[in-house]
Amino acid sequence: MKTALTINGTTYQLEADTRTTLLDALRNHLGLTGSKKGCDHGQCGACTVIVNGRRINSCLTLACMHDGDEITTIEGLGQPDAMSALQEAFVRHDGYQCGYCTPGQICSATAMLEEIKAGWPSNVSDDLGTDIRLTAAEISERMSGNLCRCAAYPNIVAAIAEVGGDKS
Amino acid sequence: MKPFDYDRAKDATSASAAAAKGATIIAGGTNLLDLMKLEVMAPDRLIDITRLPLKEITRTSDGGVRIGALVSNSDLAADPTIRTNYAVLSRALLAGASGQLRNKATTGGNLCQRTRCYYFYDTDMPCNKRAPGSGCHALEGFNRIHAILGTSEACIATHPSDMAVALRALDAKIEIEGSGGSRTIGMEGFYRLPGDRPELDNTLQSGDVITAVMLPAPVTDARHVYRKVRDRASYAFALVSVAAVAQMDGDKIKEIALAFGGLAHMPWRDGAVEDLLRGERLTPAVLDAAADKLLADAKSFGGNDFKIPLARRTLKAVLREACTTGERT
Ligand SMILES: Cc1cc2nc3c(=O)[nH]c(=O)nc-3n(C[C@H](O)[C@H](O)[C@H](O)COP(=O)(O)OP(=O)(O)OC[C@H]3O[C@@H](n4cnc5c(N)ncnc54)[C@H](O)[C@@H]3O)c2cc1C
Ligand code: SF4
Ligand code: FES
Ligand code: FES
Repeated sequence: MKTALTINGTTYQLEADTRTTLLDALRNHLGLTGSKKGCDHGQCGACTVIVNGRRINSCLTLACMHDGDEITTIEGLGQPDAMSALQEAFVRHDGYQCGYCTPGQICSATAMLEEIKAGWPSNVSDDLGTDIRLTAAEISERMSGNLCRCAAYPNIVAAIAEVGGDKS
Repeated sequence: MKPFDYDRAKDATSASAAAAKGATIIAGGTNLLDLMKLEVMAPDRLIDITRLPLKEITRTSDGGVRIGALVSNSDLAADPTIRTNYAVLSRALLAGASGQLRNKATTGGNLCQRTRCYYFYDTDMPCNKRAPGSGCHALEGFNRIHAILGTSEACIATHPSDMAVALRALDAKIEIEGSGGSRTIGMEGFYRLPGDRPELDNTLQSGDVITAVMLPAPVTDARHVYRKVRDRASYAFALVSVAAVAQMDGDKIKEIALAFGGLAHMPWRDGAVEDLLRGERLTPAVLDAAADKLLADAKSFGGNDFKIPLARRTLKAVLREACTTGERT
């Protein structure tokens, strides 16, 4: 099946079996191996990418369902010589050990900070109002879809808090 | 995953026609694709409904709200009207899954998500829901997450949705496009108990497409609570959950709606518990009587014995909260 995907600003014409997930399309068909496969079942967040501005698990969606969509992967957020604020903060705070979960963490956090800006409440918000404080509890709850087997959580939270604090 | 054909629906009628011919509906895909990878579900044909215009949340003429079947769980939880007037629904949605999953999960898909029973997921094991007539290994196997109310000898699975529990407490209705046109079913008639047909999760017929969920006008001056008890603080399914919408008259309960997750094959609601509470003050005796009533017919299976005392305590805690500090509408 033919699918047009705009990834990090470049449009690709994908020709793949209907079974191809967005994650497999990125990694195996288009050579964008930044997005990682941890569980392939929506349970770990390593495959998180941003589609039309929203973070999703790319392992739990079919590439053919995204014809015409705008996708941002870790490669599009920044490169070693021009890192995004979150990428830099993860380096500075040592927000990883093996690094396998890191692309998913950073894609997830990038979109999560926009959700906070939009005033979305979370399960730990005291009330359902739009004035959200970026506490450690808020960050942990909102990032709970990204597991880190190396348990770099304290440093991940610190990196996000630093960037989110500047932004909001 | 087994190979399948893929089509995009042009409108709800054509989606319904495709489904009537055996195609499986795909919306967010977060449950269906998980199950297709494991070949627990193996459709020959998918009908993608995500491009249908069912993404709006609108006010209805009777003061209620119509939620399109494709509204994402994130958008629904963050909607200003839902936050203000139906707080229990926002809270239930925010207690479910993760940020990424809620962005993809849809209102219709959430209602139709399948059980998380371990045996249902494992195609090497017997399971009456997945393979009717093969038996139920949960009865005498690992059944920590299983039901204590309304079970049958054929199946003791629970329905995993948090959203559906809140919708049950809110007396929502489901709008359906089917082979015979459109119709609505109340939440009380949408789900079913397993009985001897556990392969049927709900009362949808072949060719039915959920197009919307309708909420009645909000209950005025009420307090809303959704409490979810689970193995970790986030990103885990409910062991027990309670949704409550309470209206007080001084320190007496004027009106109360209570729905329970994690206890049964469907969001559980027991009118007799609500009748018992109406007009009462929350004394220890009343709290005990309410819990006794709810759990009078509860039956556990070993691994889930703890759910009976847990449901009891959670109900009491939620009642206290609903009558004092719960979110106000
Ligand atoms: C790791 C993980 C954790 C989770 N945790 C929770 C949790 O804590 N609480 C919770 O409530 N949920 C949880 N979920 C489940 C999640 O909420 C569901 O997967 C999601 O809501 C399903 O919606 P969807 O749109 O992706 O459905 P899909 O996967 O697209 O569809 C699910 C089913 O519904 C049918 N369907 C979809 N739309 C319609 C329609 N309009 N009409 C008729 N049939 C339809 C499909 O045919 C399919 O059988 C979790 C999921 C994962 C993967
Ligand atoms: S409880 Fe139901 S879903 Fe689980 S094994 Fe038994 S029949 Fe299957
Ligand atoms: S690989 Fe997608 S969530 Fe784990
Ligand atoms: S850094 Fe190793 S999994 Fe997170």
